[in-house]
Amino acid sequence: MAGNPQVNPQGYPHAIRAAFWDAARAGAAAAILAFPILALRAYQNGRGELVLRERWHWMAIAAGVVFLARFAYHARGNFGAARAAAPAARGLPALPGALKPWLAGLTVGFLFAFPLLALWLLGPQASLKWISTFGIDILIYVMLGWGLNIVVGLAGLLDLGYVAFYAVGAYAYALLSTKFGFSFWICLPLAGILAAFWGILLGLPVLRLRGDYLAIVTLAFGEIIRVVLVNWGDFSNGPAGIISIPYVTFFGIPFVDADNGFAARFGLEFLPIHRTIFLFYLILCLALLTNWVALRLRRLPIGRAWEALREDEIACRSLGIDTVSTKLTAFALGAMFAGFAGAFFAVKQHFINPDSFRFIESASILAIVVLGGMGSQTGVALAAVAMVGGTEMLRELDFLKQIFGREFDPAQYRMLIFGLAMVLMMIWKPRGFISARTPSIFLKEKRAISASHVKEGHG
Amino acid sequence: MTAKPLLTMRGVETWYGSILALKGVDIDVAEGEIVALIGANGAGKSTLMMTLCGSPRARRGAIVFDGRDITNLPTHEIARAGIAQSPEGRRIFARMSVRENLQMGASVLRGAHFARDIERVFAIFPRLKERASQRGGTLSGGEQQMLAIARALMSRPRLLLLDEPSLGLAPLVVKLIFETIRELNKSEGLTVFLVEQNAFHALKLAGRAYVLVNGAVTMTGTGRELLARPEVRAAYLEGGH
Amino acid sequence: MSAVLLAVERLTMRFSGLTAVDDLSFEARRGDITALIGPNGAGKTTVFNCITGFYKPTRGRLAFAREGAADAGAVAALTRSGARGARSPAGDLHLLERMPDHEIARRARVARTFQNIRLFSGMTALENLVVAQHNALMRASGMTLFGLLGLPGWRRAERRAVERAAAWLERIGLSARADDPAGDLPYGDQRRLEIARAMCTGPALLCLDEPAAGLNPRESAGLNKLLRSIRDDDGVSILLIEHDMSVVMEISDHVVVLDYGRKISEGTPAFVRGDPKVIAAYLGVDDEAEAARAAAEIEAAGAGAP
Repeated sequence: MAGNPQVNPQGYPHAIRAAFWDAARAGAAAAILAFPILALRAYQNGRGELVLRERWHWMAIAAGVVFLARFAYHARGNFGAARAAAPAARGLPALPGALKPWLAGLTVGFLFAFPLLALWLLGPQASLKWISTFGIDILIYVMLGWGLNIVVGLAGLLDLGYVAFYAVGAYAYALLSTKFGFSFWICLPLAGILAAFWGILLGLPVLRLRGDYLAIVTLAFGEIIRVVLVNWGDFSNGPAGIISIPYVTFFGIPFVDADNGFAARFGLEFLPIHRTIFLFYLILCLALLTNWVALRLRRLPIGRAWEALREDEIACRSLGIDTVSTKLTAFALGAMFAGFAGAFFAVKQHFINPDSFRFIESASILAIVVLGGMGSQTGVALAAVAMVGGTEMLRELDFLKQIFGREFDPAQYRMLIFGLAMVLMMIWKPRGFISARTPSIFLKEKRAISASHVKEGHG
Repeated sequence: MTAKPLLTMRGVETWYGSILALKGVDIDVAEGEIVALIGANGAGKSTLMMTLCGSPRARRGAIVFDGRDITNLPTHEIARAGIAQSPEGRRIFARMSVRENLQMGASVLRGAHFARDIERVFAIFPRLKERASQRGGTLSGGEQQMLAIARALMSRPRLLLLDEPSLGLAPLVVKLIFETIRELNKSEGLTVFLVEQNAFHALKLAGRAYVLVNGAVTMTGTGRELLARPEVRAAYLEGGH
Repeated sequence: MSAVLLAVERLTMRFSGLTAVDDLSFEARRGDITALIGPNGAGKTTVFNCITGFYKPTRGRLAFAREGAADAGAVAALTRSGARGARSPAGDLHLLERMPDHEIARRARVARTFQNIRLFSGMTALENLVVAQHNALMRASGMTLFGLLGLPGWRRAERRAVERAAAWLERIGLSARADDPAGDLPYGDQRRLEIARAMCTGPALLCLDEPAAGLNPRESAGLNKLLRSIRDDDGVSILLIEHDMSVVMEISDHVVVLDYGRKISEGTPAFVRGDPKVIAAYLGVDDEAEAARAAAEIEAAGAGAP
């Protein structure tokens, strides 16, 4: 062979130059975008005149941040070759897909202690927000995420209308209790069954659809349910919704300040927060039930068939797996848990109307599943905490006023910051918090499966 | 060898996640040569082919094509530099017709010579001419393989990479393909670097060959030399009972 | 001569304007390895897709006798009855063209592999083989209910399924990689795993679409051994599409040759190899002569080398 060519063994200068120019381009684009948004601001002065204020430093900061972020991004991905000798030792941790048993036990223990802890530390007034907003609201989304995870994460069927089943459950309880006087404990299973029934109804026509088409039809289905609820006034009382839905009872004992009430029966001082605490335990148990069933199903033939369906539908059929009934059970079970959650939502809110079941809800639940890492129960729980808790937290971030000035109201930028965080998250971890798959069964050693092999389904 | 070096790989390392798939590979291909790469399944042959095209990227080492360092070039620029590949798994455009697939192959030339080149590949693979307006996805497996090779030829590459060209092809067509490669090499000086399970055909065709074992080159020599080596024959040529 | 397992009669498959299979008839006998060969695009995979229910044939009959024989009288009676299958003292008889794909795998017990391997790549090798036993396990888990409760009957069934899977992993030499994702295995191992997965469904007929594609000669020889053992030890008949003549000619009992969707020749490997029509359309020069020449060339090269 002819002599060795003169080359730089690492190709560094080229990569750095390319990264610099790309970052510069991104910075320039940011500057152009920032010009109307940040650099110019119109406001009314005291005399009601519109005044233009120029804030060039803001534009410069935005462009600078984008430039640096982009450059850092390249530095990580491209010429991190120097670090590359290490990864052999890095390997995958033994079980990143599931929490270690003791950690899971600790988490559940903490959750059971949480409302009492909050009550004890903060008192009945201040703890209400913690138990209700950070406790119950997050747990509702954890449960919905786990339910949708069966459909999207395991079976790989992209469902954009999941909120419809949540609505079915909520209206099932609201109507059955207000019109027929059924108690919550009878309505809860009925709500699940009704939602599962609607899940099958949705499943039947969309069985032959795949990917984008399936997503569009499920999206339409979700909207149809909502529009029917808005317009069929005789049935659902239209946009006004259903008021005075009976409160939850402690298995028949109401939470009221009376002799037959919960507090009096158990010799406690009456506090309105008792009901909230009971609701917290109720949704916690429902969520844990969802988790238990989902984890268990994964290790049963039906769960393996769901995952196989996500991996390759044609191969499933060649093995004699009835893909129709497999898909229908995924839809039905996912819907059933949304039905439970819906009934809970109705009993918690005391009032429901179709506005609670908009497409944005379906999108949020799907975002939780995707962000968590499709198929991972732990990831979905983490994502629900991050999304619901995180957006709530942003309301409280007063310290941001110190950075951005007194007129800055963090609550107004909540969704913007949230969206930005979501974009960054998807760049950093494109397959979600926990992307590795844990095998459902093993012969010698349980090892996590890297996301690069696991299909996302969408069929 | 006095011919001008066209492709040089020096100490190329490629990782798949935490697995070292290529462990410092040195390969030379001179202009006008046919070079074969043989090895067992899982040895890293296809990884090597894909690394040449920048996907996955080599973490260490250098790949030089025609005097230019292409180690860190994006894949489309490597293609523009004159490397075309008929990849493992065919990867034809399933929803485009056979003709459109061939047009895509010729896209780096921006339409120059298209009419002549398409007649040329149709002459090699008459079957594709019969199916010219059919969608790629409706072709049989073997016909898709022909299309993948034809598409790679359409860019008039300076270096043609073939990953298992004989896969799924009828014996008669395998012979035809190997004859065609030899013919193009002789008449147009086309440089070819190919991976083949069919080691006997490959070693007969190739001027030189490399043996890849577990991501490292263990042997190199002319096709004839390797054919004669007992360890090569035992591992790659004979059924072994 | 053994009984007819599968009788393909006047099978025709047309796609908008294109006739892929044209009035094709042949038989596969119980205990045989039957090979289907022919040029690329001759319609071999289309025949497979008709037999396994992925395509509905335009015309024709596919009679399959899971047990017993597909004799003409019984087949004619079943055809008139309009049913998909019939059970008789002589054994089960099915008309595959009337059945959906998963029913063919489940009831008639025809299993298949695919030309471009279709493993569940994100699931482990073991999981792939357990999923293949889905229908038996589904029954054992009481359609999920017993399984959810963790009843002992279900646990036993699952353990048996894992044992069966482990035995197959052992047989194809993949025990050490049982817990690795199927997508991580080298090509040759994936091919064998796909065959094992099909075998785990407990088939009466195993349809293999180019099982030797991408294998080197040594691996092909290993495949021959595996397929012979499936025929002789498991008593499973095999229908095989293959271009590798070292496989077809070595292990087939009967070879059917297609070209442009029609049968151009049929017979023993030796007969087909000598048939001028097959040589012209498919093999090119006589394969045996070339193989001999190849061996001589290797010898000569070996002698010349230091």
